[in-house]
Amino acid sequence: MSDSAIISDRPLPIGSRGHLATGWWGMLTLILTEGALFAYLFFSYFYLASHALGNWPPSGPPSLDISVPGTVILIAGSLVVWWGERGIERGNSRPLALGLAAALILGIVFVSMQFYEWSRQPFKLSTDVYGSLYFTITGFHMLHVIAGLLILAVLLLWTALGHFDAERHAAVSIGALYWHFVTVVWLAVFFIFYIAPTLT
Amino acid sequence: MSYQYTFGPAIDPITRLGWALGIVALSVVAIIAFLLIGGVFRRRAPSSQRLAESKDAGGVSWIYIGTGISSVVLIGCMVWTMIVTAAVSRPPGLPALTLQVTASQWWWSVRYLSPRPEDVFTTANEIHIPVGQPIRIELMSADVIHSFWIPQLAGKMDVIPGITNVTWLQADKPGVYRGQCAAFCGAQHAHMALFLIADTPRDFAAWREHQLTETPPDSLTEQGRQVFEAHCGVCHAVRGVVPAGVRGPDLTHLMTRRTLAAGLLPDQPGDLAAWIVNPQRFKPGALMPAQLLSGAELTAVTQWLSTLN
Amino acid sequence: MIPTIEQNRTPVIAGSPNTEKLRRIWEGKPGLAGWLSTVDHKEIGKRYIVTAFFFLLIGGLEALAIRVQLARPNQTLLSPERYSQLFTMHGVTMIFLYALPVLSGFSNYLWPLLLGSRDMAFPRLNALSYWVFLFSGIFLYSSFPLGKAPDGGWFNYVPYASLAYNPGPNIDVYALGMLLLGISTTVGSINFVVTLARTRAPGMSVNRVPVLVWGTVTASVGNLLAVPAVSLAFFLLWMDRQAGTHFFDSTTGGQPLLWQHLFWMFGHPWVYAIVLPAMGIVSDALPVFCRRPLVGYTAVALSTVTTMVLGFGVWVHHMFASGLPLLSLSFFSAASFVIVIPSAVAVFAWIATIWTGRPVYTAAFHYFAGFVLLFVIGGVSGFMTAAVPVDWQLTRTYFVIAHLHYVLIGINVFPVLGGIVYWFPKVTGRLMNEKLGKWSFWIAFTGFNTAFFPMHVLGILGMPRRIYTYADQLGWTTPNLIVSIGAFIFGAGILLFIFNACVSLRNGTPAGDNPWDASSLEWSVPSPPPPYNFAVIPIVASRYPLWEDAMNEGPERSSIYTGMLLDKGRETIGTSPLDAEPDVILRMPGDSSLPLLLALAMTALCASMLAHSRWGVYSSALATFIVTALWLWPQRTLAQVDR
Repeated sequence: MSDSAIISDRPLPIGSRGHLATGWWGMLTLILTEGALFAYLFFSYFYLASHALGNWPPSGPPSLDISVPGTVILIAGSLVVWWGERGIERGNSRPLALGLAAALILGIVFVSMQFYEWSRQPFKLSTDVYGSLYFTITGFHMLHVIAGLLILAVLLLWTALGHFDAERHAAVSIGALYWHFVTVVWLAVFFIFYIAPTLT
Repeated sequence: MSYQYTFGPAIDPITRLGWALGIVALSVVAIIAFLLIGGVFRRRAPSSQRLAESKDAGGVSWIYIGTGISSVVLIGCMVWTMIVTAAVSRPPGLPALTLQVTASQWWWSVRYLSPRPEDVFTTANEIHIPVGQPIRIELMSADVIHSFWIPQLAGKMDVIPGITNVTWLQADKPGVYRGQCAAFCGAQHAHMALFLIADTPRDFAAWREHQLTETPPDSLTEQGRQVFEAHCGVCHAVRGVVPAGVRGPDLTHLMTRRTLAAGLLPDQPGDLAAWIVNPQRFKPGALMPAQLLSGAELTAVTQWLSTLN
Repeated sequence: MIPTIEQNRTPVIAGSPNTEKLRRIWEGKPGLAGWLSTVDHKEIGKRYIVTAFFFLLIGGLEALAIRVQLARPNQTLLSPERYSQLFTMHGVTMIFLYALPVLSGFSNYLWPLLLGSRDMAFPRLNALSYWVFLFSGIFLYSSFPLGKAPDGGWFNYVPYASLAYNPGPNIDVYALGMLLLGISTTVGSINFVVTLARTRAPGMSVNRVPVLVWGTVTASVGNLLAVPAVSLAFFLLWMDRQAGTHFFDSTTGGQPLLWQHLFWMFGHPWVYAIVLPAMGIVSDALPVFCRRPLVGYTAVALSTVTTMVLGFGVWVHHMFASGLPLLSLSFFSAASFVIVIPSAVAVFAWIATIWTGRPVYTAAFHYFAGFVLLFVIGGVSGFMTAAVPVDWQLTRTYFVIAHLHYVLIGINVFPVLGGIVYWFPKVTGRLMNEKLGKWSFWIAFTGFNTAFFPMHVLGILGMPRRIYTYADQLGWTTPNLIVSIGAFIFGAGILLFIFNACVSLRNGTPAGDNPWDASSLEWSVPSPPPPYNFAVIPIVASRYPLWEDAMNEGPERSSIYTGMLLDKGRETIGTSPLDAEPDVILRMPGDSSLPLLLALAMTALCASMLAHSRWGVYSSALATFIVTALWLWPQRTLAQVDR
């Protein structure tokens, strides 16, 4: 007598269907490991900060006038991606395309603002420990944003080619998950570099 | 370098703990070996059954008992460890002496501190201390990570650039104690030894007095002194003659030391001359370049150095 | 829109079907193209093992060179610089290029067969992880013939590894090679975690999976959390060396100890990652030769996970002599004692299995029984170093070298050798020669203990690590000679083992499906297994499907020869994470050249960074993007898109 009660006569879905797709789980584990990377970056920041002599940051807390709008823009980007994903869940690829395109534009704006922010800092990567940390950590985040922009662009292309419908849009969910991860990491980076120094 | 037996309060409680842990370790190995061999070879009734055991459960009491006993032993050792750590964390009394040891690739500078500035002096690769008194040692690095280790007197303490680590030790028995750098620091890590000599208080006082004196000039070796000043003074200091050199070991009273080149060569004129001519032969990679001296110059400088008693 | 591909299907249940169709579906392409593009997990597993053994032999030669140099005092066979490169590369090779890859090889080959599945969750990613591993090994070794191999020890402490003290490319090769290898390890770990979570046979709930699977998935989760620390450490070091940053430079506010923290936060979990799967091999194979199920399966599975979790809390025990505050050192010392406890659970489980079982004295059994003793010796020497003040004497001496080799050779190599003997018939269809197997065990075991036991003594006699020579009057001379002789004997044992494997490949006794009368699913398929693994997906009812008839555990029976057919393409069943209830039919990719291309692009990126070539970096980054996009392009055959 076999334990075949575990197999029923119910039909099973086939292939990449939402959170049953192996790619979804793969993205979760990727986020786990990339999240760990940022955790170690933050550890390095706090370790070096706690051993620093003199003021920290050496030139005082960085100004908020670019980073706060940048944060709002990234959050808005996540929101429109979320909205677009809801659209394709109902089978509408138009909201999806709009959402992806809007997020792409918002992301490009964020990157441009970041480059501008970098250019106006009084320190460079090689100036001191703080400069090394600032550009390395925001730089790692930027790399992840740029990877996210490439993902959004490719998803937009696939949407335009009509690849997604209500049943099959795992790539969108997976890409959206990554984009939200990038936003959450930015919130941590923003807090540590821009908010925390004003609190102490 | 063996630390089966040690000679001071900075290390003796640790040695006792180490022996005890070693006995526990060997006992565990013996017991497990016994159980393993017993299990493998014990006689079992002949059986034609396909399996020895037809239930999945059973035998778990081995795990409970074995892990239970192991845990008790582990906790006991852990508690003893914490007690010993606390016991050796500070000297039994105020340090009699503070030394600043600066480690470089591949030698040790030793600076004797004193509340009176005129009693401060520097030597290299050899430490003298009075017996039976705690000595405080401040450790600094001039380049990479090294580790200060005189096994019969204290555990290791790393020497890390940018940090001043502090350790202490005490020798309860007069004698010569060998140490060696215990962190990989480059090509000649293997040849970065040091010697610590524990003297009776009277001998130590005499040694220290002597270190503070300057060797009087001697017309017979004047030429050698000039060769030294011209070729060697850039890196090496001799108090009263060439005060400035800090890139190499301080050579004041060089002949009172037991060894040259951080424990590598005996402190004899022949070895000294051979070292000066070609340090790379003995310590390839050492930062002291070979000296281009004529035969006469070499003889003269060696003779002069031999007067640094 | 009317869908054109299948949306849902009730899987056909079949019993012992004609397998010709399945064979055609799953067979790879022939010839060189097929060899370069295969995604067959069995192929990839074999490659991992063979490549890892190749590196094992190279690392062994490096060790023997070291032992010749140290056999007598004051020898000049090796210059100090060459010696530094040899001991560094010996460590790097064994720890990174042998120890984890060989276990990845076992797991890659075996997991789908153990789990009742047709492939890993990500077949192409599997191929990628192998290619990147191979290329990172070549990348690291390319420095050797140029005399520029890494020379700062495998642990690579700054400032010695910084540009000021190490201006050549040696350390940059190490740093960039490790970034590349980290990618291999990470994608491999992702594959294992998702495979376990999603692709098991129906009924294989988590309390029924083999212990090797527990060990590997634990190691994989550990790696996902730990590898970023070392990748980051090497990246920051590369930046300090090449971009003028100041992370580790004490003269400008950097901290040398930051390197040590990041390195050991990775390093300690890593050493558990390279032994827990091997312990799983023993937990699965030893019971077969004791003719009973493993004692305390649940305890062993939990102890595996506990060890890994605790393994994240002990890293400072590699830094006990660095002058950190005693409060901190005491915490890590206590944690290092506690981590012995789950290991004790495993040891007593194995001993109980032997004692209450009926041992069969095959060659494989020798390796597993010998392993238990070596595990305990390695464990107790570790226990001694857990005591922080005692470690102040023992650390950085030959005592630690003894400890680490007992745990690495004892807990990785010996189970690997036993595992090879055990699974050789399944992989090749032939048994290894038993007599040669026992001889190679005894020679290796004797040689190993002769080489490494005296190192405990040398450590207590004060011999530091990483010294290229020593003086005669320190009492180290005779033990060193014994060690060197033992090393050569051990090497001979390994060579004899490899000779046995080669000879048995051609002339070994043909093996049937289940020559050992083992209990797990892989022994239900032919030896060697067909490309599709299982003709039908089994339904699992216990931990030992093939022993159920002989066990007294109730009426449930696994169904091995009747189950889901899934032959409408490359298909396997997707199941829920805990209880393994079927919830989706997964479509698997076939052979593809993209993994090889992506691996080449990533290697080119690291090589460009080494050569400071901007154009190289841009073009290889572009290539990486293009290949990745092609890889992820939605495909009809994978049911990712509906047109």
